[in-house]
Amino acid sequence: MAAPKTTEGVLGTAAPRREGRAKVTGTARYAAEHTPPACAYAWPVAASVARGRVSAVDDSAALALPGALAVLTHENAPRLGEPEDATLHLLQSPRVPHRGWYVALAVAETLETAREMARTVRVTYDEEPHDVVLEPGHPRLYHPEWANGGNPGDRETGDFDRAWEAAPHRIDVTYTLSPLHNHPMEPHSATAVWEGGHLTAYDSSQGATPVAELLAHMYGLDQRQVTVVAEHVGGGFGSKGTPRAPVVLASMAARHTGRPVKVALPRRHLPFVVGHRAPTIQRMRLGARDDGTLTALHHDVVTHTSTVTEFVEQAAVPSRVMYGAEGLRTGHRVAALDVPSPSWMRAPGEAPGMYALECAMDELACTLEMDPVELRLRNIPDREPDSGKPFSSHGLAACLREGARRFGWERRDPRPATRREGDLLLGTGMASATYPVLVAPSTASAQAQGDGTYHVRINATDIGTGARTVLAQVAADALGVGLDAVRIDVGSSDLPHAPLAGGSSGTASWGWAVHKACRELRESGGTVVTVDTTPDVEAQQEYARHAFGAVFVEVGVDVVTGEVRVRRMLGVYATGRILNARTARSQFVGGMTMGLGMALTEHSSMDAALGGFVEKDLAGYHVPANLDVPDIDVHWIEEHDPHLNPVGGKGIGEIGIVGTPAAIANAVHHATGRRLRELPLTPDRVGQDLAGAAG
Amino acid sequence: MIPQRTATSSTLTLYVNDTAHTVTADHRTTLLDVLREHLDLTGTKKGCDHGQCGACTVLVEGRRANSCLLLAVAHDGAHLTTVEGLGDEGRPHPLQEAFHERDAFQCGYCTPGQIVSGVGMLCEAAEGHPSHVTPREVLERATGAPAELDRDEIRERMSGNICRCGAYPYIVRALEDVRHEVTRADGPARASGGGREVPA
Ligand code: FES
Ligand code: FES
Repeated sequence: MAAPKTTEGVLGTAAPRREGRAKVTGTARYAAEHTPPACAYAWPVAASVARGRVSAVDDSAALALPGALAVLTHENAPRLGEPEDATLHLLQSPRVPHRGWYVALAVAETLETAREMARTVRVTYDEEPHDVVLEPGHPRLYHPEWANGGNPGDRETGDFDRAWEAAPHRIDVTYTLSPLHNHPMEPHSATAVWEGGHLTAYDSSQGATPVAELLAHMYGLDQRQVTVVAEHVGGGFGSKGTPRAPVVLASMAARHTGRPVKVALPRRHLPFVVGHRAPTIQRMRLGARDDGTLTALHHDVVTHTSTVTEFVEQAAVPSRVMYGAEGLRTGHRVAALDVPSPSWMRAPGEAPGMYALECAMDELACTLEMDPVELRLRNIPDREPDSGKPFSSHGLAACLREGARRFGWERRDPRPATRREGDLLLGTGMASATYPVLVAPSTASAQAQGDGTYHVRINATDIGTGARTVLAQVAADALGVGLDAVRIDVGSSDLPHAPLAGGSSGTASWGWAVHKACRELRESGGTVVTVDTTPDVEAQQEYARHAFGAVFVEVGVDVVTGEVRVRRMLGVYATGRILNARTARSQFVGGMTMGLGMALTEHSSMDAALGGFVEKDLAGYHVPANLDVPDIDVHWIEEHDPHLNPVGGKGIGEIGIVGTPAAIANAVHHATGRRLRELPLTPDRVGQDLAGAAG
Repeated sequence: MIPQRTATSSTLTLYVNDTAHTVTADHRTTLLDVLREHLDLTGTKKGCDHGQCGACTVLVEGRRANSCLLLAVAHDGAHLTTVEGLGDEGRPHPLQEAFHERDAFQCGYCTPGQIVSGVGMLCEAAEGHPSHVTPREVLERATGAPAELDRDEIRERMSGNICRCGAYPYIVRALEDVRHEVTRADGPARASGGGREVPA
């Protein structure tokens, strides 16, 4: 293949996805689509009580079925080294910490038999009373030392109480969010094969290196004895960020039976075993002067975790970043309940926290009779409020102004409930968005093939972000060659180790290593270079690094049915350098769509009596469908931030979901004049409220 | 191949993308699992196994259907088109190419279902089938003429296929790009002329 010598614009162009044609023609294989010869199938058995111990397992009827191979329980499953993440210590003890916890695994010649076996296994329990409902005054609430992401649980700068007392304008409101489920379209799956002491697993994961490390630790193997492949991954949104149950179950069953084993989780199991966004009850107290300057801000988050792990959704953290106040208090209280373990879901912390903060800012703007865009512009801080660190760059004002201009915001009449079109009340709303810039050390290698082409190897994971394509662009740019001259391998733990796809940090972390390897190869003129960016990442200076954005929305609310439809949606983002316009736009749009779901359709609840989630599958848990989503307009402000990383991106995977829910909720207020402080804004809630107003 | 039937399994022939496959399937096995686990045609995806997501969409006799809801044993002799039958990397179907061009996917897991559903949908529209959002005036005329596909018609007709990555606006554009090009379900029409016998 001829390698074009021009490199003009390789980085930043809208290069199509490298695996695109494989995906549209169905040849891209995902974790459950590798069927080695003699492959067996396993189906997990989920606990049917909310708390207790397994007292007995009767597997005789299950094992009598034709084609049955084994039933694994805590009594006979291979013993595993204790993992750091206790949710993965599966079938090692009789304890049942929550409904849906796996208590057995049926293995059979066929999928149908494994499934029937799982229904046939009789598990009896010593049941204990359970406690699953989060309430603002729950007696088990405590202040955790840390919230997710290494954020301190509680912080205070200045004197909130004094500032609050003195503030001439105050609002004190509470917002409530239900649990939310990631529900990637590919259910979590793994296929495991043991061959001569070597374990190979095809896993549906956002990072194969951590999975390989876990398996090596659990089975007491050298890492070279484990290969984990995650070539194509059908979405994750955080729920495949760290290892999950299928790879542990499949590897145990394969070890036990001496056969390759495939485990694909049933959709209805996912809410219980892959993590969820924890519910939050957020009290916001905002105090301001006449000119809109915030003087007092208290963001108090109440949430739950499980008894298995402590995971604290860091929803108060964005209030440490966005606006600040003389008296700034932010904190978390958490109760460890008998619930499934919460974990990462797209923009943990920022997504729920910015819903509360940005709705509260809208309420404050109404109180002050000030334009909500103007209120935000007046409160953009010079330094990060909580840490006092300088910002590496700050694009919020530019996003607000550009968004307002493109949306036609200046024509807006601020009075609520004044525009009607037939049965529809129309309204517009806006909100800011933010997400931190994260980066982790990575390794990568680059090899000159001697014919003008290059081979780049790195265990990055492409969960739909376009990582393969973008990293090839980074490599071509650093090597000074055309895109066609670069071959790139990702998605296997046998490749140079790399961090997972999460925290919007993939492109920055992997791109840095790819850039460094290619640069060094080009400068040395050698044939192969392997690099590690640990020293570079550690040498970064102390800056507050954040991406920002602004979202503008128009809604129509049907006064008869209470249905809210988004008519227009615009997002403007400042996220450093955009490396691929095509895949970046898709990620922003995808994030905003998930934000639309959070605002209007997605809802989950705990069954107080039975102790499990009520909304288990896609019939009960409503993710947005095609007709729910309008055309979405996305723009970005190019930033040249010298304090980032050599590729210059701030990360784009998560910021789209941040801000969108508040913008929609604020638009619904503008349309109806009613402030609903609980999501999602479903017809029953919105319609009831409108009916009440009419009566 | 000697046809067999036991209390729990049957031998049957499926014409998949012009090719006859004879398989012995458990009576509980869905068409989706026959494709994925017996024939290694893994382009058709399993998202929910309960008819809630559309990832498993195939054409059965030219009509789109959720293959997770169909039992294989009830489809002996049926003609199916899967994503693999629409085109391949060297010669993609116009809608496959439009999805690629429009970046109408991210993770790609819903994508084969979207594309097969899109082909089926365009054929339904070409045959004049209305949808839930078709205006009353058009319904009353009932001419049987091809349905006009504006964006809301496409959105409504594609709402049985969930995309958690949120590629909907680009899926709609990809369908707009080819809406006048695709007027019949390619595959089953050809297959009905008699396919090659390939025992599985
Ligand atoms: S897998 Fe058939 S509809 Fe979801
Ligand atoms: S592309 Fe990922 S679910 Fe549609």
